[in-house]
Amino acid sequence: MAKLPLTGSRIRERRLDLGLRQAALAEACGISASYLNLIEHNRRRIGGKLLNNLAAALEVEPTSLSEGADIALLGALREAAEAAALNAADAARAEELAGRFPGWAELIAAQARRIASLERTVGTLSDRLAHDPHLSEALHDLLSTVTAIRSASSILAGEEEVDPEWQARFLRNINEDSHRLVTASEALVRYLDAETAADGARATPQEDLEAWLSAEGWHLADLERALPPSAASLVQRAEALRSDAARRLAADYATRYRKDAEALPLGALRDAIARHGLDPAALSQAFGVDLATVFRRIATLPDEAGAGPVGLAICDASGTLVFRKPIAGFALPQFGAACPLLPLYQALGRPMSPVRAIVEQAGRHSARFLTYAISQPGQPADFDGPVVFEATMLILPEPQPPQRQAQVIPIGPTCRVCPRDHCVARREPSILSASD
Amino acid sequence: MPGRVLLIEDEPNIIEAIRFILSRDGWTVDVHSDGATATDAVAQRAPDLVILDVMLPNRSGFDILADIRAGDATRDLPVLMLTARGQSKDRDMAERAGASLFMTKPFSNAEVVASVRQLAGRAEGP
Repeated sequence: MAKLPLTGSRIRERRLDLGLRQAALAEACGISASYLNLIEHNRRRIGGKLLNNLAAALEVEPTSLSEGADIALLGALREAAEAAALNAADAARAEELAGRFPGWAELIAAQARRIASLERTVGTLSDRLAHDPHLSEALHDLLSTVTAIRSASSILAGEEEVDPEWQARFLRNINEDSHRLVTASEALVRYLDAETAADGARATPQEDLEAWLSAEGWHLADLERALPPSAASLVQRAEALRSDAARRLAADYATRYRKDAEALPLGALRDAIARHGLDPAALSQAFGVDLATVFRRIATLPDEAGAGPVGLAICDASGTLVFRKPIAGFALPQFGAACPLLPLYQALGRPMSPVRAIVEQAGRHSARFLTYAISQPGQPADFDGPVVFEATMLILPEPQPPQRQAQVIPIGPTCRVCPRDHCVARREPSILSASD
Repeated sequence: MPGRVLLIEDEPNIIEAIRFILSRDGWTVDVHSDGATATDAVAQRAPDLVILDVMLPNRSGFDILADIRAGDATRDLPVLMLTARGQSKDRDMAERAGASLFMTKPFSNAEVVASVRQLAGRAEGP
């Protein structure tokens, strides 16, 4: 459906505001009433002298009639329509809605942004729901409020006419519910803050390790030196490591970090990246080291190396994520299982075979990433003991422009909060139900 | 097809929205908000179908549904259950308790109307 400029809608609104009859305005501008009617219903495009005449008769600037609604507002409305899977005919009327009812359009856009924000909150919290009845109760209230807002907004934004009394009522309800959402959200944040402060031991040793590394920028400069400190002394002074278990994990991590740094010294690695780019295979060949080592080194480059955002995920043979370096837009669950479609798990299923794949995250922004993964034995080979594999996945932003036509794998955060309805790998229903 | 729906829900603004969209679809919507007296309301109002929230003041929706299924006159009454938790255990409990359908909040208006129509169709049956 072609998008029409909505100058006509604004002319009509302004004329009605002034209490002018269509015929009177048409006469003042030297056109027929039937032609004005076509203009007001956006069936004729106008500009130039006629627009100026109409603007003068309506006592407004021509630009106030001809300029469309705020682009950001239209974008927000279209995102809201897309998120709610509004039918195409209604979605195409976003500009008309913004033009005719700017206040309501702002309200709907604000509510859509709020709902998106709350859905992200739901995603973050859902992993903990099963273990926290207080949180479950709070989320019930929150989702009920979201439901009420969504229903009322859909009614207002729908194609069918709603009489003014009901419009006012739903507007009031949305307003009330938005205040409830604010209160509920603040209560949740307070609860979580208090819980974290009161029960620091609740964080797992792995979370402590990741918090420490995050604070260090994921780069341990001391371990890059020719004469590094021992892993034990390094972790001993790290305040973020609050338990013996966390310090032990961190010491193991530091030991491996040092070995990686010896295999791929920082200066040489920088030079090689300057020649090859962030190409793990080329770097692996250049240094004669395995891919997983290259992945880990790329993920721990200092910011000044200019590698840009890099994520890393490591899982053990059970598929449990044992290490996460986050990258914006790529969800890796803190609790519970990750998306089965992650290339990380493809690699786990075919040890020693490198995997490269473009993946697309579920959600409004659907960011794409270039991933490399490999599964290798997690410890030195031993003929007598079991071989336990460990898979490592490097996550980079998708190169721009895309370098090749590659198949894109649709992935998500974790099934519980993944909005993909028809995923072949779904383990359980999502709490983010399909939209209307 | 449209007939009488009894909405047992305690969130006023959800009530208002559901009442509006179902009324617009031709349904007569009665509302009851107290869990403790909901079973009596079902008996007195004799709806064609019930929309029942799981979390209600004074009594759980599961218990109310159990009463509905135990009553001779209401045993086969279509019941659409609403839950905000979206957890598997809620769905399992709803199915075990005899819910005809269930929806997870936040649901869409279209889902509500489609579910009610579906249940009413089933109720009229062959």
